[in-house]
Amino acid sequence: MHILSTIIEAFPYILQGTLVTVVLVAGALTLGFCLGVPMAVTQVYAPRPFAMLLSFYVWFFRGVPVLLLLFLFYYGLFGLMGLEVGTIGASCIVLGMTSAAYQSQIFRGSIQSLPAGQFKAGRALGMTDLQTIRNVILPQALRLSIPGWSNEYSILLKDSAMCFALGTPEIMARTHFVASRTYEHLPLYITAGLIYFAITMAGVTLLRRLERKARIPGYSNSGM
Amino acid sequence: MNAHQNDTPILRAEHFIKYLTGRKILDDCSISMRPGDVKVLIGPSGAGKSTFLQCINCLLEPDQGEIWLGDHRVDVKNTKELCDLRQRVGMIFQEFNLFDHLTAENNVALALRKVRGMSRADALERAHAELARVGLGDKAKLYPAQLSGGQKQRVAIARALAMDPTILLLDEPTSALDPELVGEVLTVIRDLAAHGMPMIMVTHQMEFARAVATEILFMEAGKVIEQGSPEELLAPGAQTRTQNFCTRLHDLCGESVPEEQERN
Repeated sequence: MHILSTIIEAFPYILQGTLVTVVLVAGALTLGFCLGVPMAVTQVYAPRPFAMLLSFYVWFFRGVPVLLLLFLFYYGLFGLMGLEVGTIGASCIVLGMTSAAYQSQIFRGSIQSLPAGQFKAGRALGMTDLQTIRNVILPQALRLSIPGWSNEYSILLKDSAMCFALGTPEIMARTHFVASRTYEHLPLYITAGLIYFAITMAGVTLLRRLERKARIPGYSNSGM
Repeated sequence: MNAHQNDTPILRAEHFIKYLTGRKILDDCSISMRPGDVKVLIGPSGAGKSTFLQCINCLLEPDQGEIWLGDHRVDVKNTKELCDLRQRVGMIFQEFNLFDHLTAENNVALALRKVRGMSRADALERAHAELARVGLGDKAKLYPAQLSGGQKQRVAIARALAMDPTILLLDEPTSALDPELVGEVLTVIRDLAAHGMPMIMVTHQMEFARAVATEILFMEAGKVIEQGSPEELLAPGAQTRTQNFCTRLHDLCGESVPEEQERN
């Protein structure tokens, strides 16, 4: 059948895009994590001016569409700064910075949900604030953040489809390319959709497993 | 230890004044500790007892006042001196505040590793010794959520003792416990007192205070208004605020007070 042969023919090409998508999402999540954790800590513990500065960052990246950010940085700011990062690099950085804004708020919520006594106990033993944050606060806050983080993962994965607008050769861009030449829009976009669905499920399942593994013995997570 | 350790106080907190949300919580409170001193802070709720205690190791920074360790005035603005002070002044909280993500042994070992720079193995060895001292040698691998309240508080005591504090602050250590678990914690504290560990303790366990305290400080509205040995303040017919308060405490909660107290 003609449709089937189109899909089979296009599949390796789209699958290569899947690799690009996975790299984009992994890179962006990592960047977002590395920026998001210190941002959350700063927002909770640092003096007001620093916290305000970060509030502005969060407000900006959450207040503007990802597509606009991609154009703004790729065609605008990166050029001004003389940065040659390519489409994949640019997509990764912009998605990462956006994700940092969201992730910082996930971590901030978790940190603030811990009882104040945890911090006091660390201090009372002679640990510095930084030692207390690293050894007492973050190990607990990050555990609490896994469900929210899993959300961020699945949203970011689908936001990555937006990078097609820069010509980043990811799933969406490649599917669109094939579809516009073969006119087999329906089967091709369904295929792409199924790929997105599979990656989402795989990641969410993995994080769910991590959540179970990281659970502190003796605590119930049944909510009752 | 210096030669004149018996006449130099090991710790002095002098003229503490503390405001919280615009209210004066501490109004010129002082306390001085010599080796072997066990001082009990009592008084009505809101008197400033916990605030006073938390100012001594600077968990709350006093707005005015001085902290002296021996003959050295602690500069609390200096991070190193502040951490040093807290290391030497152990603290036990009403709500235990164990690190929930760590086993009992790692609760005790964490600060040994991070503050003292001990190796993991050495820290765990010391942790096991401290846990055994409070009778929890067999609970080392359990997490806080798997322990009873009394066991949690004993882990907290082991955690504080592991830092070799020169003095211990106890903020209502038995108030969050079920009545049948109070005894095991008091036994540990009594044992520490018997071994000469200097302690400042906020408590409503009057019988216990009478038995172990070398001095009772009665606080009200941010001031220490009475101060003296249990014998003086709680003597039959002493007519002190302390005794009056204890009698009321007894009437309200039926805490056992010897007969002569009841007639007062």
